[in-house]
Amino acid sequence: MNVPTMADMIAQEKQPEVLFWVGAAGSYDERAKKISRAFVKILHQAKVDFAVLGTEESSTGDTAKRAGNEFLFQMQAMMNIEILNGYNVKKIVTCDPHSFNTLKNEYPSLGGNYEVYHHTQFIQNLISEGRLKINDTILKGKKITFHDPCYLGRANEEYESPRNLIRRLGVNLKEMKRNKSSALCCGAGGAQMFKDAEKGTKEINVLRTEDALETKPDIIATGCPYCNTMMTDGVKFKEKEAEVLVKDIAELIAEANQL
Amino acid sequence: MQYLPNLFFALALLIGLGFFAMNIRKLYRNIKLGKDINRKDKKSERLKNMMMIALGQSKMVKRPLSGFLHIIVYLGFIIINIEVLEIIIDGLFGTHRVFKGYLGNGFYGFLIGTFEILAALVFVAIVIFWFRRNISNIKRFLSKEMKGWPKTDANNILYFEMILMTLFVVMNASDTPFQQAGVGNPISRFFVPLFDGFSTESLHIIERSAWWSHILGILIFLNYLFYSKHLHILLAFPNTYFANLELKGKFNNLESVTKEVKLMMDPEADPYATPAEGVEETVPEKFGASDVADLNWVQLLNAYTCTECGRCTSACPANLTGKELSPRKIMMDTRDRLEEVGRNLDANKGVFIDDGKQLLNDYISPEELWACTSCNACVEECPVNIDPLSIITDMRRYLVMEESAAPQELNMMMTNVENNGAPWQFNQQDRLNWVNEE
Repeated sequence: MNVPTMADMIAQEKQPEVLFWVGAAGSYDERAKKISRAFVKILHQAKVDFAVLGTEESSTGDTAKRAGNEFLFQMQAMMNIEILNGYNVKKIVTCDPHSFNTLKNEYPSLGGNYEVYHHTQFIQNLISEGRLKINDTILKGKKITFHDPCYLGRANEEYESPRNLIRRLGVNLKEMKRNKSSALCCGAGGAQMFKDAEKGTKEINVLRTEDALETKPDIIATGCPYCNTMMTDGVKFKEKEAEVLVKDIAELIAEANQL
Repeated sequence: MQYLPNLFFALALLIGLGFFAMNIRKLYRNIKLGKDINRKDKKSERLKNMMMIALGQSKMVKRPLSGFLHIIVYLGFIIINIEVLEIIIDGLFGTHRVFKGYLGNGFYGFLIGTFEILAALVFVAIVIFWFRRNISNIKRFLSKEMKGWPKTDANNILYFEMILMTLFVVMNASDTPFQQAGVGNPISRFFVPLFDGFSTESLHIIERSAWWSHILGILIFLNYLFYSKHLHILLAFPNTYFANLELKGKFNNLESVTKEVKLMMDPEADPYATPAEGVEETVPEKFGASDVADLNWVQLLNAYTCTECGRCTSACPANLTGKELSPRKIMMDTRDRLEEVGRNLDANKGVFIDDGKQLLNDYISPEELWACTSCNACVEECPVNIDPLSIITDMRRYLVMEESAAPQELNMMMTNVENNGAPWQFNQQDRLNWVNEE
């Protein structure tokens, strides 16, 4: 798979159209790596000229910031900004709503000003510009429900891009009772991904999975690698992994377009 | 002697309003204990928010039943207050239904009639609210933090309003000339038969008693606000005006940290350098919040504005799954601690004497703070744009940056971010391995 780095590009005196910010999950997490690859396949199909930072990429600092470690966050941010500005990056796309939020909203006041897109927004734009088409026959008739990632939805008020893409797959989109601005969190945000939950009566991801299963879906679609983990675990907990798949929208599009 | 009632009225009004003004000053002083934050920008956007959310109740109706009932009570409160103006004029000048002469029987009747219908609707809405609070099993009214005073307070408000509405109707029903005129009594006319056979004199006494009780009740209620969650009827307006206008995902970047990080990353900087002449050497700022004075004044205004409806808590994923965290409790604790600090100031001539307590631990436990997923559901839900998440974040900042008291797993995560640029223990050199793993 051809994934050029910014260093390669600069060596060839080229400036890519967009930087793909892979994020820690997309780089290291077994499940999330598949999402990164699916998204790259879509970028290739749409002939997008992109690059990644590769080994020069480092944590955005989002998890540190939500945990309360503003020092670590700002150190990460300033290091990343130095690299991004050094490569004269203007446009960034990422599959991780947390990176998306931090890069877009919290980097500017530290000197990092970029046009930042979540991959569902970016793919939506590719379609509007006529650079990509989604085949609506492969997944036709499948029942899909969409889980809104908090940092895409409530945090950045983006509810429609992912839904528009899902509708283009020719599937039957069924909303959960808590959706869009009233969607329930998967339980991973605010650095919860990296610790056990406090004492309670239930795991949040199980409660959210129950919301999803109520719609009797074939597929639970997400747009966040952390939500993906939480919902996948929830489906396993409910022993439904044989009937219900958890997929990122990028994976669904790659599947529909047989990439 | 004939001016005795006027004098007494003027005195009651003076005491009622004076006491109220004194309490408002205290409230203002307490809110100003918070740190400064600039909310003077974007005036038109702020005004629009206030008009839509506070005046227009746009977020209330997201829950249709309670939203609808609330609008009735709210409209009743605002519109019936026109009547209070007349009562004040009558009380001060010894007139009786002074607007009648100016507005004419027809229009005056229309106004009072409208008030009567509103009063009846308010009464019905209040009774339904009472049932929701006390009889129906609505989870958000039964949480731990609602036991004791918060529940009594909520019921007190409902009883107050029931009594005030009743007095208004009784006052009209026992006013014989008003009933004889026959306009503007669509509700009170049904209560007239209650007074059948009463002498003119006793009717007059009943009317006067109801009139006096009504206005004195209003003055008492006005002063009750300060001790009650009901302050929201006033503070909802400034609270929505000064609320955060940024996207909810955007957390503030602490400027005090930026200064230090820049210094650390600047190879030219000399940490041991003596400060340049003219630059004052300042005590390093405290990072995050462990007590109310570490929060900003908007967060403190938020705390006073909260009316404990619990919509935030009923949408909180941590609370829904049985964790200790309740965003409403975060707001109530902040307010209660602020009140405590205020009483401390009052008792010590305006100087705070250390009481060995703070918001952290004495009110809000780390367990509550660490249960938050920062999902913003509480912020989204609040009908008056209160932001519990910003307080939780500031308190986490204190725990991590001042106390190094994060849960062990988070310390490991942060060590990983520091050492290898990812929350997991992977080598940064392996960041691109995913490309060739299929």
